[in-house]
Amino acid sequence: MAIEVREVEKTFRIPVHRIDSFKERMVHPLAQPEYRTLEALRKVSFDAHRGEFFGIVGRNGSGKSTLLKILASIYRADSGSIRMAGRVAPFIELGVGFNPELTARENVTLNGVMMGLSRREAQARLDAVLDFAELREFVDLKLKNYSSGMLVRLAFSVMIQSEADVLLIDEVLAVGDAAFQQKCRDVFRDMRDGGRTIVLVTHDMTAVQRYCHRAMLLDEGRVTYLGEAEEAGRQYLRMNFAKRDLGETGADGLTLVPDLLARVTDAWIEDTDGTRIENVEAAQPIRINAVIEARQDLSNPRFTVQFNNADGVPVFDLERALGDDEHPIRIAAGTSSQISLTVDENPLMPGRYVVVCWLGLLRHEEDAAIQSMKLLEFVVFGLARGQGVVSIPGELDVRVGEPDEGAPR
Amino acid sequence: MSADATHGLQPVRGPSALGGGWRRFGELLYLISVTEFKKTYFGTVLGYVWSLLRPLLLFAVLLFVFTKIVRLGSGVPHYPVLLLMNVVLFGFFSEATTTAVMSVVTQESVVRKTQFPRLVIPLSVVVTSFFNLAVNLVVVLIFIAAFGVSPAWTWLLFPLIVLVLFVFATAVSMLLASLYVRFRDTAIIWSVVASALFYATPVIYPIEIVPDRYRDLIMLNPLTAIFEQARKWIIDPSAPGAVSAAGGWTHLLPGAAIFLGACAIGAWYFNREAPRIAEQL
Repeated sequence: MAIEVREVEKTFRIPVHRIDSFKERMVHPLAQPEYRTLEALRKVSFDAHRGEFFGIVGRNGSGKSTLLKILASIYRADSGSIRMAGRVAPFIELGVGFNPELTARENVTLNGVMMGLSRREAQARLDAVLDFAELREFVDLKLKNYSSGMLVRLAFSVMIQSEADVLLIDEVLAVGDAAFQQKCRDVFRDMRDGGRTIVLVTHDMTAVQRYCHRAMLLDEGRVTYLGEAEEAGRQYLRMNFAKRDLGETGADGLTLVPDLLARVTDAWIEDTDGTRIENVEAAQPIRINAVIEARQDLSNPRFTVQFNNADGVPVFDLERALGDDEHPIRIAAGTSSQISLTVDENPLMPGRYVVVCWLGLLRHEEDAAIQSMKLLEFVVFGLARGQGVVSIPGELDVRVGEPDEGAPR
Repeated sequence: MSADATHGLQPVRGPSALGGGWRRFGELLYLISVTEFKKTYFGTVLGYVWSLLRPLLLFAVLLFVFTKIVRLGSGVPHYPVLLLMNVVLFGFFSEATTTAVMSVVTQESVVRKTQFPRLVIPLSVVVTSFFNLAVNLVVVLIFIAAFGVSPAWTWLLFPLIVLVLFVFATAVSMLLASLYVRFRDTAIIWSVVASALFYATPVIYPIEIVPDRYRDLIMLNPLTAIFEQARKWIIDPSAPGAVSAAGGWTHLLPGAAIFLGACAIGAWYFNREAPRIAEQL
């Protein structure tokens, strides 16, 4: 066990009319300041195991960030108990607590000592941090002169290089440019596989489903679900939808909706003879079928079937859109449709794969609703041909000696 | 649940004033104080020279005013050196406390995101001011030599003076820093109080010229006894010293009570507020 949380409660008293000057105190010496109480956490209990990637999801104000701050010893819980094993590194609101008036060098050292390293260890860590953040040339620049992207990169590197046993992370996955994001994803995966305990607070359901072993859903300070990450994400989207009639709107105008559009009633893999199988041998054809039942009228739906490997990397997808504005196609509520997918030249390397179907509807001009449905998981077994994500048939030729003059034959 | 599975689990109790081990506390305090000390003069043309120049300039002005115009210092042995020492000592107290008022709020970005013993913040401000004091005391020493003050064994007691002053500055800083989180008026009020204290402490005048009926009043200020004792021990062995300036031991007691009370209240209030500081920012 790495984290043990028992019946933690936290109530904030928010002054309705804040008395923050002596003058007001003088004028109303006996006025009881009026408080509104906000129960941020109500009897929250959970365990996270050593090496587990644990997600905490919930809407804004559900108490998830408060919980993280209590775990990080920044707030104190009103009641309940928390026990934790090892050193803790928090990453909160895209930062680790830098002083903008100091340089990167000073901040990194200071942060290390705050985390419990000795001064010597903290200074030794500086190089690794700067290398990861790719900010070596700015080491003696005051942080107030950093761009926000540079700041986040530095903070993220500090957290990663802290070698803490428990990482507490609040909303981090949209950090820096694409290359740095990829680097972070790699690190996340390594850390998950490397036995470190990670608590991730996020709105990003794809991240939860991609990284987390288990997840917890908080609503108004209560635990409403604790268990499988997939299900926590689904319940979160459902709850969001019910409360606002809108899912989380992504940056690209997509609205992620819960299972309101359709549901999977059956999904299977079959071999060339049509018998259902669990797993596929390397280089053998993949045939996947799924039956999807519409829960409401779907007009011009677009189906995308996506293959993700065990690292959460999308390997490839196949897409099919039905109908368009001129020739609309409508699937009535309650109707079942069968999806059949065939990959004759199976390029997948041996390993575990997750197949997801994205169902997209164009609702208005730019606004699309998308629902993700997990179809199935399967294993490709057999011998790996070389390295990489996929193996593609092809030839590599090497000729020793002088290259041929003139045009290729 | 087996005993092995829970091995290594430590209770998490949230932030506090101290806590987290002395080694870490010491290293943090040292690191923050030294960084702050360097920062104060980094980027200014004259660098560390300012640290010396600042009190010297004030000293020069005061010296001119109080020896040429008001003549407060006539008849006081080694008045210029005494004035310089007092200005330096009072400068330490007022710099430490005035900077400390806003210290917790200035460090907001750190406080809201990291767990560390909160006491480090106001204490590091006092330590930084102490570094400045140490530099300034070198100048005082030079003037003492230049003005021909004769050495006395009581010079060895000077660290005691600095220690008592340090403790008082720390206590006041703790109280002010935690009060400021709730009441933003604290900064303005304290700047007025600090100016008042400059005149309520025998910095520019010797205690002898204070009329007897105001003696007890001025002895209420704990700084008075500290400054008078420093004067007797370092500059002028013939000066009255804290006890006879007050007119006997009993008259020292109210000031001592205020000193101890300030220390107790500062420590108690800061300790009480420390766990909640991050929430109130």
